[in-house]
Amino acid sequence: MLSWVIPLVFAMLCLAMLMNLWSLHTRSGLPDRVLALDTLYINSSALIILFGLWKSTELYFEAALLIALLGFVSTVAVCKYMLRGDIIE
Amino acid sequence: MPFWFELIVSLLLLGGGAFILLGSLGLVRMPDFYTRMHAPTKATTLGMWGLLVGALLLSSWNSGVLSMNQLLIAVFLLLTTPVSTHMLAKGALHHRLEWDKNTQGQEHAKRFMDDQ
Amino acid sequence: MRTWLPLPYTSLLLLLVWLLLNQTVAPGHLLLGSVLALTIPLLTMHLRNPQPAIRHPIKALMFLFRVLWDILVANMEVARLMLRPKLKLRPAFVEVPLDITRDFPITVLASTISLTPGTLSADVSADRSRLLLHVLDLEDEAQLIATIKHRYETPLREIFEC
Repeated sequence: MLSWVIPLVFAMLCLAMLMNLWSLHTRSGLPDRVLALDTLYINSSALIILFGLWKSTELYFEAALLIALLGFVSTVAVCKYMLRGDIIE
Repeated sequence: MPFWFELIVSLLLLGGGAFILLGSLGLVRMPDFYTRMHAPTKATTLGMWGLLVGALLLSSWNSGVLSMNQLLIAVFLLLTTPVSTHMLAKGALHHRLEWDKNTQGQEHAKRFMDDQ
Repeated sequence: MRTWLPLPYTSLLLLLVWLLLNQTVAPGHLLLGSVLALTIPLLTMHLRNPQPAIRHPIKALMFLFRVLWDILVANMEVARLMLRPKLKLRPAFVEVPLDITRDFPITVLASTISLTPGTLSADVSADRSRLLLHVLDLEDEAQLIATIKHRYETPLREIFEC
């Protein structure tokens, strides 16, 4: 059962990421694009976790954790830039 | 692996994938930025939880010991997603981003914009 | 106690995260994690703003489970709204007056609101007395404010006693 469930979830995640890319490309304005990127990084870390399951290894877990960490920090940094026009005051 | 266990894991993975897909669908469908923000915060967080709990169960079964490290990502996401959305909304208000014409209570938002 | 263990909860959390990251409870990692959990708070405690402590851990735990349950319900709600072939939304901005005053409880409240049914915290006023929310599908403003105050703010006030 898992042998077809995991590829199906792969397809769902890829579709979700394509939608994110579409909205990243078509929306105008900084906040909208940052929102699309924010969703994109969460989805990509989901994809990496799923890939780790597929290959049944724990190695990819840390990559997913790092993407989640760096994605959050960069989103907050860009938001700070939007709010102040500067990152380090 | 017994069938019931495989079924639980499959349902969790499929549910997680479905909610992540739903979050991205909301990002495409919603009319303005403020409504668009709702989908990724809620649906994607729940989707990640489903996926991570499924991954936790499956990798625990495969390795024979309870592996809890997927929970770390789940808790991290639960703590950080609202923060980043709040910052985004604040930034959008600061930029006086347009909202949908039939939004109620626009005067509240305007008052907050003038405060900043 | 004050001097060598200034932030007991932070230390516990650091040790727990260390063990989770390394996927082990081997004595070596326990020792290394404990050393880190003791020294990191000592080095960083001066960077913190003092925040009110959790006075009732059991109530906090119950609050956490309630929030997790509400997240599940919230998602069903948002999914139902989003999957209708024709979007019929009643978006709105709502202002909620705040009774809690300290930064940390307000942060917890705002995060909870963001994760639960159809609401999203957008801004806090400079004097920390009002919270601006964006609602996806507003039915009754007064009722929504009452629900938030009763369901989330009152337990938080009890937990932090502020």
